[in-house]
Amino acid sequence: MRPISYSRVSDVSTAIGTVAADPGSAFLAGGTTQVDLLRIYVEQPRRLVDINDLPLKQVEELPGGGLRLGGLARMSDVAEHPTVRQRYPMVSESLLLGASPQLRHMASVAGNLMQRVRCTYFRDTEAACNKRAPGTGCSAMDGVNRGHAVLGTSDCCIATHPSDLGVALMALDAVVRTEGPAGQRSIPIDDFYLLPGTTPEREHPLTHGELVTGIDLPPLPVAARSRYIKIRDRESYEFALVAVAIAMSVVDGRIAEIRLALGGLATKPWRARAAERVLDGAPATADSFTRAAEAELAGAVPHGMNAFKIELGKRTIVRALTETAQREESA
Amino acid sequence: MSPAIGATLNRVDGRFKVRGESRYSAEIQLTNLTHAVVVNAKVASGRITSIDTGEAERAAGVLAVLTHRNLGRIATVPRLLPSLAGLAAPGQSFFPMQDETVHYSGQPIAIVVADTIERADHAGTLIRVEYETGPATTLLDQGRDRAYVPKRIFGGLLPGQGSRGDVGKALAEAEVCVEATYRFAPNHHNPIEPSASTAVWDDVDRLTIYDSTQGPNSVQLTVAELLGLPPISIRVVSHAVGGSFGSKAMVWHHPTLAALAARHVGRPVRLALTREQMFTSCGHREEQEQRITIGARADGRITALRHHKISLTSPFDDWAEPSLQSAAVAYTNPNYEGIYHLVRGNTITPTFMRAPGEATGMFALECAMDELAERIGIDPLELRMRNVSDTDPESGKPWSSSGLRECYQRAAELFGWHDRDPRPGSRREGQWLVGTGMASSLYPVTQPVNPQRAKARLYNDGTAVIEAGVSEFGTGVFTAMTQVAADALGLAPERVRFVGGSSDLPNITAAVGSAGTSAVGSAVHVTACELRDQLIRRAVGDDHSPLRGADPARVEVRDGKMVLSDRPDVGETYADLLHRTMTPDVEVLGTWNPPPQDAEYGIHTFGAQMAEVVVDADLGVVRVRRMVGVFAPGRVLNRKLAHSQLMGGMLWGLGQALLEATRMDPRLGRWANSSLGDYLVPVNADAPDVVVDTVELRDEAVNPVGIKGVGEIGVVGAAAAIANAVHHATGRRMYELPITLEKLL
Ligand SMILES: Cc1cc2nc3c(=O)[nH]c(=O)nc-3n(C[C@H](O)[C@H](O)[C@H](O)COP(=O)(O)OP(=O)(O)OC[C@H]3O[C@@H](n4cnc5c(N)ncnc54)[C@H](O)[C@@H]3O)c2cc1C
Ligand code: SF4
Repeated sequence: MRPISYSRVSDVSTAIGTVAADPGSAFLAGGTTQVDLLRIYVEQPRRLVDINDLPLKQVEELPGGGLRLGGLARMSDVAEHPTVRQRYPMVSESLLLGASPQLRHMASVAGNLMQRVRCTYFRDTEAACNKRAPGTGCSAMDGVNRGHAVLGTSDCCIATHPSDLGVALMALDAVVRTEGPAGQRSIPIDDFYLLPGTTPEREHPLTHGELVTGIDLPPLPVAARSRYIKIRDRESYEFALVAVAIAMSVVDGRIAEIRLALGGLATKPWRARAAERVLDGAPATADSFTRAAEAELAGAVPHGMNAFKIELGKRTIVRALTETAQREESA
Repeated sequence: MSPAIGATLNRVDGRFKVRGESRYSAEIQLTNLTHAVVVNAKVASGRITSIDTGEAERAAGVLAVLTHRNLGRIATVPRLLPSLAGLAAPGQSFFPMQDETVHYSGQPIAIVVADTIERADHAGTLIRVEYETGPATTLLDQGRDRAYVPKRIFGGLLPGQGSRGDVGKALAEAEVCVEATYRFAPNHHNPIEPSASTAVWDDVDRLTIYDSTQGPNSVQLTVAELLGLPPISIRVVSHAVGGSFGSKAMVWHHPTLAALAARHVGRPVRLALTREQMFTSCGHREEQEQRITIGARADGRITALRHHKISLTSPFDDWAEPSLQSAAVAYTNPNYEGIYHLVRGNTITPTFMRAPGEATGMFALECAMDELAERIGIDPLELRMRNVSDTDPESGKPWSSSGLRECYQRAAELFGWHDRDPRPGSRREGQWLVGTGMASSLYPVTQPVNPQRAKARLYNDGTAVIEAGVSEFGTGVFTAMTQVAADALGLAPERVRFVGGSSDLPNITAAVGSAGTSAVGSAVHVTACELRDQLIRRAVGDDHSPLRGADPARVEVRDGKMVLSDRPDVGETYADLLHRTMTPDVEVLGTWNPPPQDAEYGIHTFGAQMAEVVVDADLGVVRVRRMVGVFAPGRVLNRKLAHSQLMGGMLWGLGQALLEATRMDPRLGRWANSSLGDYLVPVNADAPDVVVDTVELRDEAVNPVGIKGVGEIGVVGAAAAIANAVHHATGRRMYELPITLEKLL
């Protein structure tokens, strides 16, 4: 491990000031991504600023029925929080279906949104990777890419965004709250994740030293019956091959409200807007579901080993819609 | 006193493990300890043209940087020989860092020694290496046209081909033929403890290595030859080993590298491999393909079997795991041909991995058998029953014991096999297609070729210590040996302590091929019996003993007391005898001589596996719901340990069937998923309801304790039962492992 210096801060402005002042520094939350990458020399900060003492761990009610998750709230605390489970089950489920209990006890929700891709070449410092070393090329394009993305890819990078929580937040139109040297910002979650384009090294619009202080969940009655479905090779402790976050209401056989986001398929947590357009107001039938899935994956680009994800993605969307519609009917 | 053997004794080392007190080889505390980190080649083939170590040498805390230019020379590299032989047992007949050539990615090219592991690791990244790269073969498909039939495989132990009868004619005349090709992804062992060695020189010719190994003696003999030292110069200690599965069966480079590094810096060196290095430092199960042709009569009787395998080996050794071995003798079958084909590639020599050979070879055979049953239209279990052989089809000799029919019957009862509707796709529960499948399990009983020894000492308080040079790598052997010795001596297990884990102890070959417990168990049994008999002889020959003049054959020991068999009130304790005769202790060194290899019996272990799977009809996800395994492993020393081994084996089979695959990137010539996050093994949530049972067998031919081994048989057939169940659920045959969901979309 590269020599690093470490300090622990207890207030937000010192945290921001310390990191902003040194381009070689980074925040350290649960460390479950950061320390891993440090040990394999993928991230090479000179200084780690430990933010675990910052008072950002609460889950608070917002006026109007929304909820604010503190940036440093642990994945497990948010997942088990009664209000989260009641009003936003997909958030709780996305967390519980991620990582392992030990990791969830360590990891923060801000860290979860900020986690780096699992692409094997990103983690192999000897391999070409535009995200880790811009301009070197993308080894995954013709390589071992079974887990890689089919949506939102570019010629420069096809790495899947690994966060499950991010997918649920995308379906909910959550807002990421930050504070940096230039003050506070509220960033809609869709803008918080950037597509790789020609700059895959840039994943977020944050400036250096900008801290994620919280995540706001808007009031959204339909979310109380939302779900998170995750398909993977083994039953637990694995990232998604395909995941679907879904909230839907059906009135008189027609889809009155639909929120659909996809994980495992795209370079960012993916709002399935094309599918939503097909579904909005449409009859809640198998035909609509299939058309929606086809519409969403129409632009998908396969890269060898991951070609199956297109079909798997469609079928998982149809499965999620069918099951949710059945539930709505019986409710 | 009820016998200790067979009882469910808790592990004698369990307490230390749970409390975190077991000392693994990377946890040995020594004054002046330093840390070595190996730097590995990042290309698969070529030559190092320059290696700049300057920056690394100047980095903080660094004591030495070793490369092929300054590492001590190796005296001789012993030839590759499985450690079961009891001689030097290098994992491959190549030793790295002797010149600038690179044969495979991951080959050690430098070692950094520093005062802390972090500093050594960091300095390793500062070494600048330039290569002239050559063409590389890292996939089977790249070298098929260069395949050859080796003279011998598996470290010279087995011939590269074999036959009996006339397979061509028999296949031409067969009423039914099934032909299929099966592909297997490479697999890695991934024990939870990565291999580690801590080396300390007490003098120029006095070296101690703390090593995580299946055989302390193999390490001693191998390192001795490599360093050109007599065996007396080297002591190998293995206090605790965190699993192996074959990765620690042979002696790889790290103990020798640790010793060389320690000699260079003049301080003790700890060398612990990383998880990633475990993918390139201890062998693996090779990428392979098997083609099987079964000929049969219309009633299902097998008339011919042709079984060919092609696999990737290293530039140095003709290694193939013996996949054809058990399949060749599984059923009556007069006409047989088995041929291994090898392709030389840029890889470390593959090695033993749990159920080496059988895990793949029996998969191919048992899937083809399922197809044959379907073709003929009979129940797969009935097909097996019709083909059970009471003799070893190869030698014609009777089996020393089998139990296969009983295993089939018991498994069928426990599983509820006979209610099965044979039509594929006939059962559906909501989104899930449900299927059941079965397979036979076979595993050879390998015998060590050399004498196996143990030492037993009884103290005058009636407690005993038994010693043998075996290591505890998670199988529970120390516990089982405590039981064997306790029974032979007529003592309660609490009064017996088993000591192992050092090459200074009486010689036992490495515990491999499920032969560990039988080898050491036989030695311990023979030795403890000899000690008991010696004490009885003393008693009957002692005028002051209540047993004076008795016939030793009519004296037995119960709870430490020697008594007349027919008059248990007459007798005295070991302790009384020793106190009276002012003897502090009695000690014997015992030897078990394994039976000759060409005994009058065929010796094999048998079992039956059944599995129920569900397959998501739309998404292809496969989950195993329940498994039943019934085995006939001979004498069961400890029910709990044996069941854990067998169950663990079955779950290994589940991993092989559905998850485990190391993926090669042929452009880079290296593995693309060398981490536990990317190389998937089953987790608890994948573990189904597993029922394990055993069929009692008495087998006196195999060894004095009657043990045939439980370490690997549980793996064999599990993957085939699952694949056959997938077919039953979906109507689709699986010809490639692992069965990932895209194959079922
Ligand atoms: C084996 C394994 C399996 C996993 N499986 C899953 C899974 O199935 N699904 C899933 O979603 N995730 C999974 N994860 C990822 C895990 O959820 C993340 O590692 C974790 O959420 C990161 O949170 P952390 O607090 O540990 O962040 P850290 O590791 O401390 O930080 C991660 C990054 O975020 C930055 N950062 C942290 N906090 C802030 C902040 N408040 N503001 C700005 N920047 C910040 C850090 O500087 C760093 O760059 C897995 C991880 C592992 C190791
Ligand atoms: S997919 Fe992205 S992260 Fe992976 S190698 Fe290509 S550029 Fe790097």
